Amino acid sequence: MSTATTHDAHNEEHPSGLMRWVTTTNHKDIGTLYLLFALMMFIVGGAMAMIIRAELFEPGLQFVEPQFFNSMTTMHALVMIFGAVMPAFVGLANWLIPMMIGAPDMALPRMNNWSFWILPFAFAILLSTLFMEGGAPAGGWTMYPPLVLQTGNAFPFLIFSVHLMGISSIMGAINVIVTIVNMRAPGMTMMKMPLFVWTWLITAYLLIATMPVLAGAVTMLLTDRFFDTSFFNAAGGGDPVMFQHIFWFFGHPEVYILILPAFGIVSQIVPTFARKPLFGYSSMVYATASIAFLSFIVWAHHMFTVGMPLTGELFFMYATMLIAVPTGVKVFNWVSTMWRGAMTFETPMLFALGFVVMFTIGGFSGLMLAMAPVDFQYHDTYFVVAHFHYVLVTGAVFAIMGASYYWMPKWTGHMYDERLGKLHFWLSTISVNVLFFPQHFLGLAGMPRRIPDYSVQFAGFNEISSIGGFAFGLTQLLYVYIVFKTIKGGAKATDQVWEGAHGLEWTLPSPPPYHSFSTAPEVK
Amino acid sequence: MTHSAEQGKKRTLRQTLLIVLGMFGFVFALVPLYSVLCDVTGLNGKTRNQPERVVYTEPDLSRTITVEFLANVNESMPWDFHPAVTRMKVHPGQVRKTSFYARNLSSDTMVGQAVPSVAPGLAALHFRKTECFCFTEQRFAPGEWRDMPLVFMVDKDLPEDITTLTLAYTFFDKQILVD
Ligand code: HEM
Ligand SMILES: [Cu+2]
Repeated sequence: MSTATTHDAHNEEHPSGLMRWVTTTNHKDIGTLYLLFALMMFIVGGAMAMIIRAELFEPGLQFVEPQFFNSMTTMHALVMIFGAVMPAFVGLANWLIPMMIGAPDMALPRMNNWSFWILPFAFAILLSTLFMEGGAPAGGWTMYPPLVLQTGNAFPFLIFSVHLMGISSIMGAINVIVTIVNMRAPGMTMMKMPLFVWTWLITAYLLIATMPVLAGAVTMLLTDRFFDTSFFNAAGGGDPVMFQHIFWFFGHPEVYILILPAFGIVSQIVPTFARKPLFGYSSMVYATASIAFLSFIVWAHHMFTVGMPLTGELFFMYATMLIAVPTGVKVFNWVSTMWRGAMTFETPMLFALGFVVMFTIGGFSGLMLAMAPVDFQYHDTYFVVAHFHYVLVTGAVFAIMGASYYWMPKWTGHMYDERLGKLHFWLSTISVNVLFFPQHFLGLAGMPRRIPDYSVQFAGFNEISSIGGFAFGLTQLLYVYIVFKTIKGGAKATDQVWEGAHGLEWTLPSPPPYHSFSTAPEVK
Repeated sequence: MTHSAEQGKKRTLRQTLLIVLGMFGFVFALVPLYSVLCDVTGLNGKTRNQPERVVYTEPDLSRTITVEFLANVNESMPWDFHPAVTRMKVHPGQVRKTSFYARNLSSDTMVGQAVPSVAPGLAALHFRKTECFCFTEQRFAPGEWRDMPLVFMVDKDLPEDITTLTLAYTFFDKQILVD
């Protein structure tokens, strides 16, 4: 941020102006870049969502061509997952991990610069497909063949941009692992690390284990289309179902990549505002690790209807339900942390509480989908859409917003406007439920996902959902305003910022010096 | 930064890179693994794609299985393709013969490959073909038509609860693959 440039005496010279940001290897600068990029992509992806909800406001075709509608659902998902949520988490990791473990910077600063600067190119390529002959990719973010192979000129650009996003995430993840393993301050044992650091360490391992799988799968798509291979082509002895297995072998761990850092954030915020240490710290660590492990053996719950022997259906059904156990442990631990705590409800706490309640709703609908016989009815309906938006919007995105309110005073040295923050929370929470809750009913009634038009009996709930959507979209402009207002100025933040906050990052000045801990702090 | 700390970083970097490379290789290893798994278990309704030897024994007259035949052409392949009969009643252990009619409606010579699939998938390995036009590619001159034979047997150890089997063929344009 503009004020975070306090120079140390022994600092090497760094360029100013634009070149400072292009060449920077500083973890705070890079964290800021990631976060601002994520915010930008959140707006771009949000605009696409507005087009989707406008078209679905009433039955019939109103505003856009069906092909373009499908491009919107596809691009919305890709932009939000790879452009908004993942970069926001990496940005938080960059800003916070060195400060939390008492390190001066990330371990591999040059690679850090690369891993960020690849992203704008990846998304410039992806978004440029909107203007290409044959339109942007429209086969869904899951890129199933043979449909995705019918994409027009955009196809190789889609694959290339996915490759770039993958490379960027892998580099970011490697940096996180190398930093956490090697650069902890003396006395900062593994089991003393803040939970945000723990969840990110585990997420980083998920990333390096699964992004190469996605890269391999899309490479096979590319060679099937251009180099006459038949990985997924039945005529040549391949099998399109194999793509689904490989994709979801990546895809399910990926959804946990999108939520584990959020678990970490909530585990930092709740104790601060309950003024009690986190309940069951070590069980939190073990629960996170077991969720990560289990996430590798449940992928076929996305494929119950594709065809599997009964034993397969049963295995994936029970394995999926098993994940609910460690997830439940976490929810109970957060609730126990609050139990008899001296709670106050500043904006970060509101977002954390919203997370605990609404993420759990998403977890429950996930459990319903995990039941193979039930999933035969709900698969590819709006019920699935409701499920993943509860876990991703009121889960991941709420956690990111909570984190930004929680740490922004530390980053910028300014308090945000508490009144506006609370307003943002309440408007978001009400509108997001108006937006997504009716989609459960639509799905149960049988409305399919990824369609621009629908039968009239779905009109009522869709209208409500769209109104909620527009309200949620508008509310986020308020968020953007709050963020920039806080960067510009505001009440001076103290070093500790929050009365109940503990941890190394709160011992640094607000804003912290350019290099976090030039001499390692002693952790008792 | 001290010497050993630098080395520690290098070691972790190497380990993580190894995982990345290993997983990238693993995806491609999955491809043959997947085929082997499907061949062995018959998952996905994949049948064997070469003639099978069957031992002729007394058919099991106590069971009657309905075998249904489907014929599709992929995308816009200009062929007419249909089974001579759409269903047959067979006894397990009985060797039966039928045929499929195909005609190339285009004005080009075309090469097609028929890919079979059996539903329910678990029955695939019990459906044995001793002769099939799907074992080789089929070349058709413009306007040419043929009746193509299929000789098959349903195994006696077909699971008890299966009474109907569907065999579906899809013709793919092989030329598109070659061009
Ligand atoms: C208790 C935990 C969870 C369970 C039991 C669960 C279960 C499921 C099941 C069975 C499906 C497939 C539904 C279908 O396509 O028919 C599904 C879809 C999905 N889930 Fe979850 N889920 C859980 C948590 C999560 C979390 C934490 C996230 C992400 C943060 C997530 C994101 C998604 C997404 C994005 C899809 C849809 C993918 C697509 O088809 O495009 N889920 N979930
Ligand atoms: Cu899943």
